[in-house]
Amino acid sequence: MKLTSAQMAEFVAAGVLGFEGLVPDALNRRFIDEAEQVLTPKPASITEAYRLLLPSEVLPKVSPGVSFGAAFRDGHILKEIFSLPKVAGLIDSLVGPDARFDHHFLHLTLGQGIGDPRTVRAQHNHQDSTIDPRQAFDIQLFYFPQAVTFEMGGTRYIPGSHLRVVSEAAIARYQNLLGQRQIVCPAGSIYCFHMGVWHGAGANRSADQRLLYKIRLAPNGPQVRLWNDEDLSLESDASRPIFWSDNLRQDPVAERLMRLEPWYEADTGRLELINRIKLWRYLTGSPQADIDYWMTRIENEQA
Amino acid sequence: MAQRQKILVLYLATSALDTAVIGWAQYDGLGGTSMTGDERSPPYKTGVAALEDGWRLFQASPLLPHPPGIEFQTSYLKYEFWFEQWITLPDPETVGTAGGASRRPEAEMTSS
Repeated sequence: MKLTSAQMAEFVAAGVLGFEGLVPDALNRRFIDEAEQVLTPKPASITEAYRLLLPSEVLPKVSPGVSFGAAFRDGHILKEIFSLPKVAGLIDSLVGPDARFDHHFLHLTLGQGIGDPRTVRAQHNHQDSTIDPRQAFDIQLFYFPQAVTFEMGGTRYIPGSHLRVVSEAAIARYQNLLGQRQIVCPAGSIYCFHMGVWHGAGANRSADQRLLYKIRLAPNGPQVRLWNDEDLSLESDASRPIFWSDNLRQDPVAERLMRLEPWYEADTGRLELINRIKLWRYLTGSPQADIDYWMTRIENEQA
Repeated sequence: MAQRQKILVLYLATSALDTAVIGWAQYDGLGGTSMTGDERSPPYKTGVAALEDGWRLFQASPLLPHPPGIEFQTSYLKYEFWFEQWITLPDPETVGTAGGASRRPEAEMTSS
């Protein structure tokens, strides 16, 4: 069950796709139970929790670069989750059927009243890994096996930040940005991030521990039209009038790709649109694709 | 007299101080530093509004040319303005007690 062009446009513009309640309750319960078996009796600190979790079988130890399809044995809870048609379709649409495994991790935040109070601090905003100016991109799936309330401090992220080339925690001083989001979701939700999305863990102010499974996957080939592109209309998107526009037109892909985020600087927002079009050209395999004349105008060398 | 510094960092929509705040951070030498992501709306609508409320601007981002080849690359927020306030703490020896009850000293803001 692959993504649509409208969903791909959302991913290109925001860098994030969220799917609430995608994983059935039975699988969520099994995932939580397997983790809680290791975490019983309740550890006194986050250090103690990971001393128990790391040697356990909750997550397999997998080498970076191996085929994603071979990363999990048959019957493993994660193999079952990744085999769900919507999850498999999401992955195939973005990084292809032969994706590479990068790494995975089980993030745990303890509830209030447990362990070191210093862990109650929110994590600073950051971009994962390091400076990465590629056009090709990795994805990161965030799987929340339990319902996440606002007080539990689900992942905070900055929509539309993924195309900014920065160096990991260098953005830590950006405490608040207009339009920032914090994930609040039902159990079984999966959020898919472009590798560049600025994000950070919220402070868990609840009494409950919060579990988040995160996996990074890389493409092993061009990411060109891997989704269901039946609803793609590049010619129509490129031809919509600008400024003196036609309010009767319906161009959902073009409209989404050109929608600015409230935290963009006035001039830099236009550069973001240009970078989105460049990414859209890569994904559609159409080097002349354009929207609202942004690229065609500055590529006109005829004069 | 002992003093403590408060820092306000505003990120604006353009290089003009009277344009909209799009991001912000606050660090408080009195211990009131907030956590990342905790605030939904900015403390001021523009940089000028912060000036009008007594903040002293001490640093602004320079405008830099765009290096050839990466003219369209986006990166860090471009229009960063740093403000400060200095808080003078009352001399503990001048803070007495009234009626036997202790009184928390009140800090006073001073411009520097």
